[in-house]
Amino acid sequence: MTTTTSSADQLPVLEARAVTKRFAGVTALDSVDFAVRPGESMALMGENGAGKSTLIKVLTGVYQPDDGDLLLSGASTRFAWPLDAQKAGVSTIYQEVNLIPLMSVAQNIFLGREPRNRIGLIDFRRMYTDARTLLDTYGIEVDVRRPLRSLALGIQQMVALARAVSINARVVIMDEPTSSLEAREVETLFSVVRLLRDQGIAIVYVSHRMDEIYRVCESVTVLRDGRVVQVGSLAEIPRVELVSLMLGRSVDRVQRSGATAFGATHSSDAPPVLVAADLSRKHQIDGIDIQIRPGEVVGLGGLLGSGRSETLKAMAGVMQLDRGSVTIDGKAVRSGSVPAAIRAGIVMLPEDRKVEGIVPNLSVRDNIVLAALPRLSRGGFTSRRNQDAVVDVFMKRLHIKASSPDQVVSELSGGNQQKVMIARWLAMNPKVLLLDEPTRGIDVGAKAEVQALIDELAGEGLAIVLVSSEVEEVVEGSARVIVLRDGSMGTELDGAEVTEQHLLAALAGAAEPMNSAPERPGEGR
Amino acid sequence: MTQGTLTFSLPRRGAALAVLQRYGVYIAIAVLLLYNLFFTPNFFALDNFRTQFVQVVPVLIVALGMALVIGTEGIDLSVGGVMALAAAVIPLYIGYGLIPVVILVILVGAFIGLVNGSLVALVGVQPIVATLSLMVAGRGLALLIANGQLKSVTDPGILAVGRGDLAGVPFSVIIAVILVFGVALLVNRTTFGKQLMAVGGSRRAAELSGLPVKRILLLTYVLCSSLAAVAGVIGTARLGASVPSTLGNLIELSAITAVVVGGTPLTGGQVRVIGTVAGALLLQFISATLIKHNVPDAYSQITQAVIILLAVYIQRGRTATK
Repeated sequence: MTTTTSSADQLPVLEARAVTKRFAGVTALDSVDFAVRPGESMALMGENGAGKSTLIKVLTGVYQPDDGDLLLSGASTRFAWPLDAQKAGVSTIYQEVNLIPLMSVAQNIFLGREPRNRIGLIDFRRMYTDARTLLDTYGIEVDVRRPLRSLALGIQQMVALARAVSINARVVIMDEPTSSLEAREVETLFSVVRLLRDQGIAIVYVSHRMDEIYRVCESVTVLRDGRVVQVGSLAEIPRVELVSLMLGRSVDRVQRSGATAFGATHSSDAPPVLVAADLSRKHQIDGIDIQIRPGEVVGLGGLLGSGRSETLKAMAGVMQLDRGSVTIDGKAVRSGSVPAAIRAGIVMLPEDRKVEGIVPNLSVRDNIVLAALPRLSRGGFTSRRNQDAVVDVFMKRLHIKASSPDQVVSELSGGNQQKVMIARWLAMNPKVLLLDEPTRGIDVGAKAEVQALIDELAGEGLAIVLVSSEVEEVVEGSARVIVLRDGSMGTELDGAEVTEQHLLAALAGAAEPMNSAPERPGEGR
Repeated sequence: MTQGTLTFSLPRRGAALAVLQRYGVYIAIAVLLLYNLFFTPNFFALDNFRTQFVQVVPVLIVALGMALVIGTEGIDLSVGGVMALAAAVIPLYIGYGLIPVVILVILVGAFIGLVNGSLVALVGVQPIVATLSLMVAGRGLALLIANGQLKSVTDPGILAVGRGDLAGVPFSVIIAVILVFGVALLVNRTTFGKQLMAVGGSRRAAELSGLPVKRILLLTYVLCSSLAAVAGVIGTARLGASVPSTLGNLIELSAITAVVVGGTPLTGGQVRVIGTVAGALLLQFISATLIKHNVPDAYSQITQAVIILLAVYIQRGRTATK
């Protein structure tokens, strides 16, 4: 079946030309070109910090570009604020629906333009009929009199879509629309998206889920570090290449080693210290199995949104599980309790050091001993001598640079703050150390030190799980890599398989055939 | 004051601000005393100081508890209601003797604190909302218990708490001094104190470090209400009467002012006990000075408002310089 929506020859309905946006000296978008044509569904992809959300905000009038132009159907335009973009027919559907939960479906659809009767009151009968007709077109069955919040999230999103389209939308931007939907709801959403596309509406689709992208979209724009690195038809870009483009790693380039300070990779034959089985939580992770041996560094790979951090949180007791178990040396650890996990010997270095890690107003000493404080106290009273014994050891061992243990931790550099965090956990004598992006946002020197420390700790028999968005860190640091995809188990790489090429392929889910042809309108339904 | 030594590494203007932030309240007290030394007759009489200290005791004790709650990034508006409850309960049970009635009143206070703490820690209600409801409910309950009546208290034991002294030092002041030391010890030398400040500094980090955050919050509100109950006993003892309708009225404002003026930031994570004492004293001296110069009481309240604004402004400067 050949396509009817060959849109390449049409004028883009919305276009950004050489758009640049800076924030306090940081360039978020660097001369970015972006265009979407009527009836085209364009995937917008990129890892953290690539500039996707900035671009969306420029396209919808939330931000003004510092440089470059916006064009609407070829004519230069300017969105002074979001309402301008909406009036011009650019609608955005966010992952969280932004409608009014207590109003009925019909009221939400016609909010601000309700049909009136002769004396100027709202004509409810007509509003209900019109709303039903509109939703019927998209195959959405719902009682339009019900308050929006009584409906499933997927239906709410569909209502938001219907509202957007009924207000003359020409471009619909969808930001991670499926992140909180059930599988069945996703199907309905996709069929609506295809219908919209058939009507000549342009779709900009932002998602981290490879499968979805290849199913719904026909073209893709890949951003990295604020620049466009690729624009093209998805049919011509295999998954592996898409992933390498996003991560900035070339597939066939011979990998130099030694980009990190990791020495040996640590594997082990000892029986596993931690066994996590079937870790599951709705919308986040599903059936994750992990075993780690003492002295082993296991990498946890995956793209953004693959469930890496969630898996760590599940093991560390931060996240309540729907299903699954964690055991340490064969003993079950109570799920959803941080103290229980810590008592069992599982500790986690959180991803967001500033918000979840340090206590900014406390001293270096207080931060290091925070978790261990009860053990270093006698009868509820703190003991400076006991604390100093621990603090001195770790400040020396981890080379924490502070004027004194009394210095306020927020005055230290990011790298030293991270070392304080590591010290906090080592002071608990853990068995398993979960590291979530341990080297993010710290300078090169500190980064090498942290990597060397991971090596050293594994050498001493600590079991370590390493999550990092830097491919070389995972590859060089880990003896084994478990790759997660969309919250489920993907491939596992072991020994000689732990290479960048294998990891990239696994991240892309290339175990399946090169799935390239997006579904065409009318297919499958 | 265990703040360590000052290091003047900041630029000049910053340094001046830093001094003001850390020692502003003491400087203000010194200036005020100096003024009174020259312009207010008899201010420096021993009797006057005794009066001032006795008067400041209830606010000071309430402020100690308030400082703990503010240290967790919370606030407790119900302290006045707790004092009213204390006043209402005392005449009912004073027949059992001083010690039993004091224990009972503290238990009543602790119970209110438990309700506050549960709402905040377990239910997740914002502290200002949770304690606002108890502020109203506490006084309402007190009026209900007392049948809206004022009762005179004649028990010699309780009157001694309000009016007796030991070698010239009033009992109430002795109690306050003991409580100040107790709270200072709690804040600076116990596991609980450190954990309290960690919860106030970053609740998320405290949770992820395995701290019993809910228990810490509960205990903090219980302590605050218990201290308010003690203040209610002392207030009633000093009056020689149970006045649930007015005892502790608006005391939460004075207590919060004392805490903030004393250098404890409203954003939590720090508790300055001695600073709080100084803050309470400063407020007391200001109102005494105004009274002695025959300035109407309304002006005293306006002054209090100006001071709290000034203190918050200076503190804002502190976070801005970081």
